[in-house]
Amino acid sequence: MTAVLELRGVTKSYGEREVLRGIDLIVDENKALALIGASGSGKSTMLRCIDLLEEIDDGDVLLDGEVITDPSVNPISIRRRLGLVFQQFNLFPNMTVVENVALAPRRAHREPHQEALAHARELLARFGLADREQDYPDRLSGGQQQRVAIVRALATRPRALLLDEVTSALDPELVGEVLDVVRELKYEGMTMVIATHEMGFAREVADEICFLHQGMIVERGRPEEIFGSPQRPETQRFLRRLLEGRRL
Amino acid sequence: MDGRSQRTPAELSGRAASLASDRRAARTAARRAKTRRSIAISTVSTIVVLGGLTALIVTSPGWPTVRETFFSWPAFKESFPDVLRAFWLDVRMFVIVEVIVLVLALGIALCRVTRAPALFPFKLLATVYTDIFRGIPTILVVYLIGFGVPALQLTGVPTDPVVLGCAALSLSYSAYVAEVYRAGIDSVHRSQTAAALSLGLTGGQAMRFVVLPQAVRRVLPPLLNDFISLQKDVALVSIIGPQEAFRVAQIYQGQNFNFTPLVAAAALYIAVTFPLARILDRMQARERRRREAALA
Repeated sequence: MTAVLELRGVTKSYGEREVLRGIDLIVDENKALALIGASGSGKSTMLRCIDLLEEIDDGDVLLDGEVITDPSVNPISIRRRLGLVFQQFNLFPNMTVVENVALAPRRAHREPHQEALAHARELLARFGLADREQDYPDRLSGGQQQRVAIVRALATRPRALLLDEVTSALDPELVGEVLDVVRELKYEGMTMVIATHEMGFAREVADEICFLHQGMIVERGRPEEIFGSPQRPETQRFLRRLLEGRRL
Repeated sequence: MDGRSQRTPAELSGRAASLASDRRAARTAARRAKTRRSIAISTVSTIVVLGGLTALIVTSPGWPTVRETFFSWPAFKESFPDVLRAFWLDVRMFVIVEVIVLVLALGIALCRVTRAPALFPFKLLATVYTDIFRGIPTILVVYLIGFGVPALQLTGVPTDPVVLGCAALSLSYSAYVAEVYRAGIDSVHRSQTAAALSLGLTGGQAMRFVVLPQAVRRVLPPLLNDFISLQKDVALVSIIGPQEAFRVAQIYQGQNFNFTPLVAAAALYIAVTFPLARILDRMQARERRRREAALA
């Protein structure tokens, strides 16, 4: 099996605050890795560091065996090989749905305009968004917006997809349609890193779970191990609190 | 068992419907009465206030003299064609200056927000530029450029006061408009840039396709406001010579000791700023509706 993404001793601080404290991680091809942990445990920062939106302080990130955090590497060319989906969708409100999706293929990958549009339409249709392609994002429900954001990230045919709490900003009844899309992608073999609060979903889709606590991965394993018999007290406490929250 | 429970469901729903329609009719009538009352009140209030003001002016002791020197029909008839012709120069000047300002100010704003190290000297220049030209009164800029540049006696540099006046206005207004653009660029959330970068766009592409279109849309009202202000500030160019509307009106006034031509010129300035002001109002109303609809 080949590793698509690898993190080796990655650290990152904002001023005095250490957000990532020596992260080691491997994501193999066609695998989905779920990052769980409390808000502020470093999940989002880790994804942003992988996509080179943040500069790491120490350690290395590798994409297909190539060190991408080397200062000599052009971050733009790396970002073109990765897809990142944000919690707040971040669709471009000045463009229609189909223009949102076609922007990067056209401008970053230099696809001819018509081809980029045709491919964007095809992708939107595949995820049930064909009838919304001419709408502006503010006309869409949150669930639809997030689905468009995922399609937009897919349009550049990324090597791996990074999902940053993609359902946390949604009304509860809209979570399902977004998770269905991610399920579908998993089924198609997309390599993914998923930061999430949806434990049921993580258990179902992920091949491996990493529990992040104060910038460190304190426990990792297959879903049934982490959720069935967590070993570390931090993990046990986190899962217990989640369960209590659900019952309320 | 009480009486109500013995009614059939059909009777019940029929009763509810007629009750509801009675209520609805009463509410509609009340709403109409309220609207009629507001219209009546606003009409009376307008008549009282405007009528009072008019009466105050017309009955003032100096009014006959003022009417003669400021609102004289013969003086108006005599001067208006010339003032109007001169106003054409104002129109040409502000159209040209507006175009120059739109482009120049955008360039300055982009220099100010750039983080590219190679552009640092431009960033510095742009900052100094806006600080200086926002600080000097526009009338002084017109004066200094209008008399200073010809005094340099450089070959190839225009000495036409109209050109120099336009240059002075462009310099002064670009500083203001650059800050308007910059405020717009700053107002676009950084997550928009992050999203564009994550898709593999360069910083320049993110600015051009994502940030700027949103920024410009947001600052359109203040931008138009600056243009309204510019459309009347072209009169400042008159101090270095060009015979535009204010200047021509002033010449008439100097000859006849009658201020009517100046009032005529004022009416012309209003005539061009008024449509822009209405467009601005409508744009702001639309923007507000859009924002409220997005929040709902």
